[in-house]
Amino acid sequence: MIKTMALFALAIFMLVACGEARDAQLEKNASNETEKVEPSSNESGGDDGLGVGPIKSVTLGDLDENMAKEGEELFTKNCAACHKIDKRFVGPALAGVTERRKPEWIMNMIMNPEQMVKEDPVAKELLAEYLAPMANQNISEDQARKIVEYFRLVDSK
Amino acid sequence: MKTKLFILLAIALSVVLAGCESDGGKKGNAGMVGSNAAEKVYVAPGEHDEFYAFMSGGFSGQVSVYGLPSGRLFKIIPVFSVDGEKGYGFNEETKPMLETSHGFVPWDDAHHPELSQTDGVPDGRFLFINGNNTPRIAKIDLKTFETTEIIEIPNSGGNHSSPFTTENSEYVVAGTRFSIPITETDVSIKDYAEKFQGMLTFVSVAPDEIGDMEIDFQILVPGFDYDLAHSGKGPSHGWTFFTTYNTEKASTMKEVNASQNDKDYIAAVNWKKAREYIKAGKFREMPASYLNNEYDEHTHMATTKRMKSTRVLIPSECPGLIYYLPTPKSPHGVDVDPTGEYIVGNGKLSADLTVHSYTKMMKAIESKAFEKEIDGIPVLKYDQVVAGVVEKPGLGPLHTEFDDKGFAYTTFFISSEVVKWKVGTWEVVDRIPCYYSVGHLMIPGGDSRKPWGKYLVAMNKITKDRYLPTGPELAHSAQLYDISGDKMELILDFPTVGEPHYAQAIAADVIKDKSLKYYKLEDNKHPHAVKNEKDTRVERKGNEVHVYLTSIRSHFAPDWIEGVKLGDVVYFHLTNLEQDWDVPHGFAVKGADNAELLVMPGQTETLKWKPDRVGVFPMYCTDFCSALHQEMQGYVRVHPANANVKLSWGLGEDETQGK
Ligand code: HEC
Ligand SMILES: [Cu+2]
Repeated sequence: MIKTMALFALAIFMLVACGEARDAQLEKNASNETEKVEPSSNESGGDDGLGVGPIKSVTLGDLDENMAKEGEELFTKNCAACHKIDKRFVGPALAGVTERRKPEWIMNMIMNPEQMVKEDPVAKELLAEYLAPMANQNISEDQARKIVEYFRLVDSK
Repeated sequence: MKTKLFILLAIALSVVLAGCESDGGKKGNAGMVGSNAAEKVYVAPGEHDEFYAFMSGGFSGQVSVYGLPSGRLFKIIPVFSVDGEKGYGFNEETKPMLETSHGFVPWDDAHHPELSQTDGVPDGRFLFINGNNTPRIAKIDLKTFETTEIIEIPNSGGNHSSPFTTENSEYVVAGTRFSIPITETDVSIKDYAEKFQGMLTFVSVAPDEIGDMEIDFQILVPGFDYDLAHSGKGPSHGWTFFTTYNTEKASTMKEVNASQNDKDYIAAVNWKKAREYIKAGKFREMPASYLNNEYDEHTHMATTKRMKSTRVLIPSECPGLIYYLPTPKSPHGVDVDPTGEYIVGNGKLSADLTVHSYTKMMKAIESKAFEKEIDGIPVLKYDQVVAGVVEKPGLGPLHTEFDDKGFAYTTFFISSEVVKWKVGTWEVVDRIPCYYSVGHLMIPGGDSRKPWGKYLVAMNKITKDRYLPTGPELAHSAQLYDISGDKMELILDFPTVGEPHYAQAIAADVIKDKSLKYYKLEDNKHPHAVKNEKDTRVERKGNEVHVYLTSIRSHFAPDWIEGVKLGDVVYFHLTNLEQDWDVPHGFAVKGADNAELLVMPGQTETLKWKPDRVGVFPMYCTDFCSALHQEMQGYVRVHPANANVKLSWGLGEDETQGK
């Protein structure tokens, strides 16, 4: 009885695999695979330094001290466990970051770190160096912009 | 690529073993497993199941969450039993959840999961489940999949006929399986027939996001065993039906003595009427000691309320409150069909299934077609309420659920099968064996107004040879049937955690988008939360040391502490600073006699630790969190009791001195 059942189970496998169902399944899997591999935005046309993520362009005006102040608070709450301004900690020291990166790149790094360290060439190298992952702290665009303003304030001094 | 390889391998294997042209699957074993069963239960890697199934853990005291049709286990939700894996009942925040009037009770026997309903349809807000042994009802919030409330049921000897919601979850109910002397007093067990009584309890559920449970009222009833229940729906909304057995009132050798009567009863309770009596003040305030424990998702903490009395209605003082419907013989489950008209009594020692009609019951009440009265409860005449009988469908009927096409499905324990029959004509249309000895069955939404009549799960009491043997103790087995066609078809066996006593399932779409991903730090109102590393610290209060620490990938702040002395009691209040999905951190310290903490992003939990010797004790993160998880560790130094030292702590180059 049990043996027949076992054979039976295998037979089912076989039927799925042999019949039309198999073809359907294979097609399904194939299409799934292609769906999941998204082309990296950097592959075509070289690195524009904007990073990968929701932020495509940011216009910087004069330094806004109020925004920077709010940015500093956000930084203390969400980032300071891993970043110091003047020295390497879990992540890089962030002094001078607005000089070495575009604001779009910084905001994408804050809002979309998982994809950044996979697809952006600079972020990829940072991960290779630091090994710890940059955490996604679910920061909104508005908040990320304020943090950039704080970095600008730091770098202006 | 890997999936392709896997499929190729499977093909190769099948070819070798059975040959590709064979159609053994179609002929095979008396149609026991259909030819396309594997396809029907196959959920490809990365794809989601169609249903969430919530299966009771029975004597494990927990609820397990499975996907259907795959039978994959997603989570075990700790409810009535402590769980070292999650720190439930071990950390300071959840200990109060398991407090009862008997003290801290770390286990129970969890039987019937019941989804909350709106308009008689599962709405995906809450799951309720009863604790059978130390009578309780728990509520699980389906936004977080965490137990958020447990209420104890006083004046009850064992809470089996529970929770079984009303149509809009106005109430969940609790009927006692063991009658007892009420209130609990010391009387001779031999005086059962005169002195023991039963209690039916109605627990209200607040119609908001919290769903706060409160005991609204209780009804004092004769000393029978109240076994199972279901509430009316549609036309019968406003009534709840409870089965009884041991109407003989035997107190010993019940196996024989509680099976003497031809008919026992289904108690029909008019709870809308009960509300009127309560409003009119026709209740007795009776002393009762019971606890109500609530977990607050903002403070991340449970608190206990001590309650002192309940409002009790006495049937003889409240005409129209409750009636008995004679039902053969020791009915177990009582199940109301989706239209709300038919009330099925699964007489477990009867050869037939008895179905009562709600319309007939109302007429019988109106025309006072009473056979007799028991303690002020009119017994309706059997032939005035019965709608039909399913004749000789099998042996030992226990439970019935329904599909959306007018069919009912009943389990038969002794003949080990599920029998499908037509509501209204009472004819048997199909039957299929279970392996082995089925108890409850479940169709997603199958006790509601709108069943999703696609799958049926049989929950079996005996496993024997279904899986690879694992010594004397075996996992229980559940079986999945496809019921979308005329014939039921067995498509999957899967093992369950504890006893899958009963289960309920709901379309995944109703719940999955509401599932919480992490707790927002800014909403964290835990009194010992620290929301950034700047505020981390260690404080002494007499011989208590409070460590306010944080975790983020991959370090604790602080990660070293000195100045703890032998005899101190240390409280680690750990806040997880992560704000992303699926980044919990664990926390363990050597020699702790409780368990680990497992702290979700944005949450705070507390581990109490009483070091038992002088030395340096490692602490570390238990939940693999990043490539540097293994580095997520630290030390606590414990000095002799008489050492003259100050607390000090730090992280990296930062160092602080305390008192
Ligand atoms: C869990 C630790 C952690 C947290 C929290 C964290 N980061 Fe990072 N961050 C890193 C690491 C590590 C890197 C280097 C890249 C990598 O390894 O992924 C990094 C890289 C960066 C960079 C790029 C630096 C450079 O030199 O180009 C910026 C900008 C940054 N983080 C900003 C932030 C901000 C803003 C926050 C708070 C919203 C934050 N980080 C929170 C760990 C963290
Ligand atoms: Cu960790």
